[in-house]
Amino acid sequence: MLRLWEIFWTFLKIGAFTFGGGYAMIPLIQHEVVARHKWLSEREFIDLLTIAQAAPGPISLNTAVFVGYKQLRYLGALSAILGVVIPSFTIILLVALFFTEMRHNSIVDAAFRGMRPAVVALIVAPIVGLTKGMHWWLIALSAVVAVVVWHFGFSPIWLLIGGAVAGILWATKQGGKVV
Amino acid sequence: MGTLVTLFTTYLKIGFFGFGGGYAMLSLIHSEVVVRNGWLTNGEFADIVAISQMTPGPIAINSATYIGYEVAGVVGSVVATVAVCLPALTLMMLITHYFLRLQNNRFVKGAVAGMRPVVVGMIASAALLLIFPHAEDGRSFIDGWSWAIFGITLIASARKINPILLILCSGVAGVLIYGL
Repeated sequence: MLRLWEIFWTFLKIGAFTFGGGYAMIPLIQHEVVARHKWLSEREFIDLLTIAQAAPGPISLNTAVFVGYKQLRYLGALSAILGVVIPSFTIILLVALFFTEMRHNSIVDAAFRGMRPAVVALIVAPIVGLTKGMHWWLIALSAVVAVVVWHFGFSPIWLLIGGAVAGILWATKQGGKVV
Repeated sequence: MGTLVTLFTTYLKIGFFGFGGGYAMLSLIHSEVVVRNGWLTNGEFADIVAISQMTPGPIAINSATYIGYEVAGVVGSVVATVAVCLPALTLMMLITHYFLRLQNNRFVKGAVAGMRPVVVGMIASAALLLIFPHAEDGRSFIDGWSWAIFGITLIASARKINPILLILCSGVAGVLIYGL
């Protein structure tokens, strides 16, 4: 019971202080899970990041489930995921309750007009890093995906399934050598 | 009741196909919430992305809580949030359980490698959707100032300046440019 509480509390902290999402939360998670509680070794943590990125869903959720399940099976996974979700759920619910009225305020509206292009810049920024080390034809494929989803409103789900199937077929043909 | 079921299945889908995390999930969320169900306009979607950047927690959960509330009140926000978490919970428990056996499986590696360019494309399409939306409403770029804020933020972000700080500064810039 004490360990269950400890898992919950640790992930509550991670959920409350990880702004910006995704890669921004990795150092904090590492500090809590590896350095402080020693729930995972340094190597296990790297492995965890690989599968947390490969699996669907937010990285922080996947990490929570992985660590919680490894410690205390189902109950551990459940208390870790609750810990991560509760802070963001509470804050967004408060925002949703009051934001609708605030949104019509002219100062708030002006602030959001300024923030929208900044948000787009934050989305564009990581693309450069992600395309590093990719074949030019894979980058071209990414560009095609971007245009198809953006311009034709094609659902990304089918493209993901297509990508996975193509990757599996390719792996079968190559006999395991995958770049 | 029908709305709650749609909300649940929609967010279950987003949770299940949300590969690549955060930004990659944006185009999926956009395609479900704006294009398919019409729960939000493009502009409201852009606002939620901005709010998500400033509040803790993953964008997928933030958007689920917010849109759930907009569509069906507090019950809706609980339903959407639980739905978006369920796939991660069940799939990750399975993966953790079979972790070592799966990790070096060449088919798993192949599938992951095949999805990577799609994920990068999904991130780019999220940016395109916000820069050039199909409807007049909700344009993120309204004048030269918008492009200036975009350029400055892009450069500052490449130099590892804290994103929350960047959002706050752009909000202040917005008040100075458009609010006074």
